[in-house]
Amino acid sequence: MTADSRRHAHDHDHDHHHPTRADDDDRLSHWQAMEIALRELLVAKGIITADEVRGAVEAMDARDPAQGARVVARAWTDPAYKARLLADGTAAVRELGIDMATTRLVVVENRPGLHNLVVCTLCSCYPRLLLGLPPDWYKSRAYRSRAVREPRAVLSEFGTTLPDDVEVRVHDSTADMRYLVLPERPAGTEGWSEDRLAALVSRDSMIGVTRPNACARAPADVMRVTRGLRRRC
Amino acid sequence: MSESPQALAARFAPGARVTVRRAAPPGHLRTPWYIRGQVGEVERLCGAFANPEELAYNRPGLPRQPLYRVRFRQREIWPDYRGPAQDTIEIEIYQHWLEPAP
Repeated sequence: MTADSRRHAHDHDHDHHHPTRADDDDRLSHWQAMEIALRELLVAKGIITADEVRGAVEAMDARDPAQGARVVARAWTDPAYKARLLADGTAAVRELGIDMATTRLVVVENRPGLHNLVVCTLCSCYPRLLLGLPPDWYKSRAYRSRAVREPRAVLSEFGTTLPDDVEVRVHDSTADMRYLVLPERPAGTEGWSEDRLAALVSRDSMIGVTRPNACARAPADVMRVTRGLRRRC
Repeated sequence: MSESPQALAARFAPGARVTVRRAAPPGHLRTPWYIRGQVGEVERLCGAFANPEELAYNRPGLPRQPLYRVRFRQREIWPDYRGPAQDTIEIEIYQHWLEPAP
């Protein structure tokens, strides 16, 4: 909005044009057109219904990082579970009712001297069943190329500056595995319940661009599903 | 799965030194360009999976290809890498892209 349009009083005829923000959906890309064509054909032939497509999109949108946070909190409080999670992530999350579908889960553990970071340089492979839809930056060309080329610079931009005696290990998710970072449990959280711990575990800490902090405010998307569980540090 | 008769036997054990083929065949590939020709160490065998280069064209992708996670040293991949020598990168690579390192 321009300074002019903020200032003017609406007591006159609107025969002039306000500046408008350009729509970003006025022209379909080739693949958008292909998706619509295929979907409409499948619906027209009675193979799927429009409501099934809508339901699948709704289910996809409903997944969120709280699933992953639950897994991390369990691993922090149950050493035997953590051992199973690191040995076979797919089987261990199934114990918590999470099905990885056709993909396999590899859980990589941060520990003193080792920090893990996840990227998919080829596309945007992401553990959606644990974390929901990936953030836009995860799919950007800048993140996908720079996370492997200069991971420490990328981490710094996320506020995670690591000393040189910590190994940075980047995981390029190129095939059938999906990766979840198991962050280090923050100091000062001794005796916390699983629910309270889960509220500390952000999406970004499970991608590896940041680390959970017992004093940090939980991000809004985690807070939403753990409302009432978070306490001030 | 690796026990399936339609899966190739794994050629490499964890710890084996391997070279990624420097090749540029046409089609859908899951081996990033930047890692071709590089030498790394097998971190683990992930199992055997239908070859995605075939699946992409609606072919069965059999026999299944062993899939490995291979660990590389960043400084060997990027000669001007600015981080410390212990920084690494791990990538999933199918067996047909790997050769024993000399």
